[in-house]
Amino acid sequence: MSRRRISKKVEELKPSGIRRFFDLIIGRDDIISLGVGEPDFPVPWRIREEMIYSLEKGYTSYTSNHGLPELREAIVEYYKKFGVESIPENIIITTGVSEGVDIALRAILDAGDAVLIPEPTYVSYKPMAILADGEAISIPTIPTFKLNYELLSQYAKETNPKAIVLNYPNNPTGMSYTKKELEEIADAAIEYDMIVISDEIYAELSYKEKHISIAALEGMAERSIVLNGFSKAFAMTGLRVGYTIAPSDITAAMLKIHQYSMLCAPITAQIGALEALKNEEDEMENIRAEYLRRRNFFVKRLKKVLEIDMPDGAFYAFPNIKNTNLSSEEFAERLLMEKNVAVVPGNAFGECGEGYIRCAYATNMEKLREAADRIEEFVNSLKF
Amino acid sequence: MDKEVEVLKILEENAKLTPEEISEMTGYSKTEIEEMIKKLEDLRAILKYKTIIDWEKVGEELVFAVIEVRVSLTREKGYDDIAKRIAKFPEVHAIRLVSGEYDFQVIVKGKNLKEVAFFVSEKISTIPEVRNTVTHFVLRTYKEEGVTLFEDEEDRRLAIVP
Repeated sequence: MSRRRISKKVEELKPSGIRRFFDLIIGRDDIISLGVGEPDFPVPWRIREEMIYSLEKGYTSYTSNHGLPELREAIVEYYKKFGVESIPENIIITTGVSEGVDIALRAILDAGDAVLIPEPTYVSYKPMAILADGEAISIPTIPTFKLNYELLSQYAKETNPKAIVLNYPNNPTGMSYTKKELEEIADAAIEYDMIVISDEIYAELSYKEKHISIAALEGMAERSIVLNGFSKAFAMTGLRVGYTIAPSDITAAMLKIHQYSMLCAPITAQIGALEALKNEEDEMENIRAEYLRRRNFFVKRLKKVLEIDMPDGAFYAFPNIKNTNLSSEEFAERLLMEKNVAVVPGNAFGECGEGYIRCAYATNMEKLREAADRIEEFVNSLKF
Repeated sequence: MDKEVEVLKILEENAKLTPEEISEMTGYSKTEIEEMIKKLEDLRAILKYKTIIDWEKVGEELVFAVIEVRVSLTREKGYDDIAKRIAKFPEVHAIRLVSGEYDFQVIVKGKNLKEVAFFVSEKISTIPEVRNTVTHFVLRTYKEEGVTLFEDEEDRRLAIVP
């Protein structure tokens, strides 16, 4: 008997449900993909040019573990628009929000601690909680995709959770919270002494109401870990730069992990991020307006054949496909085979996502129109 | 955003969109969009719908030149009078009054070098108020009306991303 090579924890971890679907598509250039969870705008040129210049000037060293001081100062200023007053010392620049999720969970969880994860959910929170030795507990939020005080309290009573992971505007549902709805969540968080990990990566892409951070609510700054980054608003996905805003004790704990595992975020990306905050807000307004138009157009088209409420933010539509009598995977697979349109089956985002599909509208109008036509044809073809 | 500005921004990017499509994008009714466009056309806020063409792609070698024009003003003839006189020639693609070392920047379009050169010497230089002209022939255009003419970057995103 040879020794087990892979850790039990990792071996038991389920691979991302998206992976299998990705393999079906790879190498095909005849499909319209609504499966891409990243902006179709390139990084604005000003930002790219600034990064090129920094490389020419030789900015290639480590930065402090915390990240560039100017960038942290700029983030303090920037986050005021979402209602949060912070200080540069309470910010860590991370290698994307993905690292933020990791260090936040590892900093606060002891073995067996429960973490609540509302579903449908972005794919990484649960595995990350498990890797941090926590116990991930799903809260199904079908059909509103929202938590409220009663639902959260019920789970909190049963499981005594250490933390909850929020993500709004949400991937995959496009749902977001109003201030009033956030207050209900905050009440429960305070009542049951939970830490809120709030992934606000789509904050800039809020269409209905201005985004408010849960950390801005009374009594919440001391128990919130805000995660955000530059991937969605400034299209800097591959540059991997994000940040955490948290109370000083949690920041100190996260920094310990960050300094050993990551050391610092890439300096080039940090310099690009600083330029983004300094000069790109106008550009971002244009990008938001463009997504908003696409959302209006695409969701209205989907409504002709599927059930969907107008999403509040991000660039996802998450229609209900139960009227087709197909499972999410059957729907996605047949749509791909018969109409060459790729979407992601809803069950990739948690069990309760079954009966839904995720369509990303981060693609140009012509393709969006064509995709909408084909989805309509496909659904209509099922009825005869 | 102001409704009219919003619709104009959409049309500025893509004049081919129909009122129906714009209605789907903005949520305003089709009739409202049609009436708004009609009003903006009457107002001459919308001047014309044109197409930006890379003529080299189809082997049509048009010649463009940037002409610097210096003028002397008189009691009778101000900038506007001189500009209008130059602007009315169909060969004149654009004319602007600019700050700096000369007065007007004129873009002239022609079939070949000679045609443009003769047009400048015969029609612009001979205007009494024109003191002198400097002609710069365009060798290559890289960006026109906000559109780059060189190969754009391809979409390098993976087809499925969580």
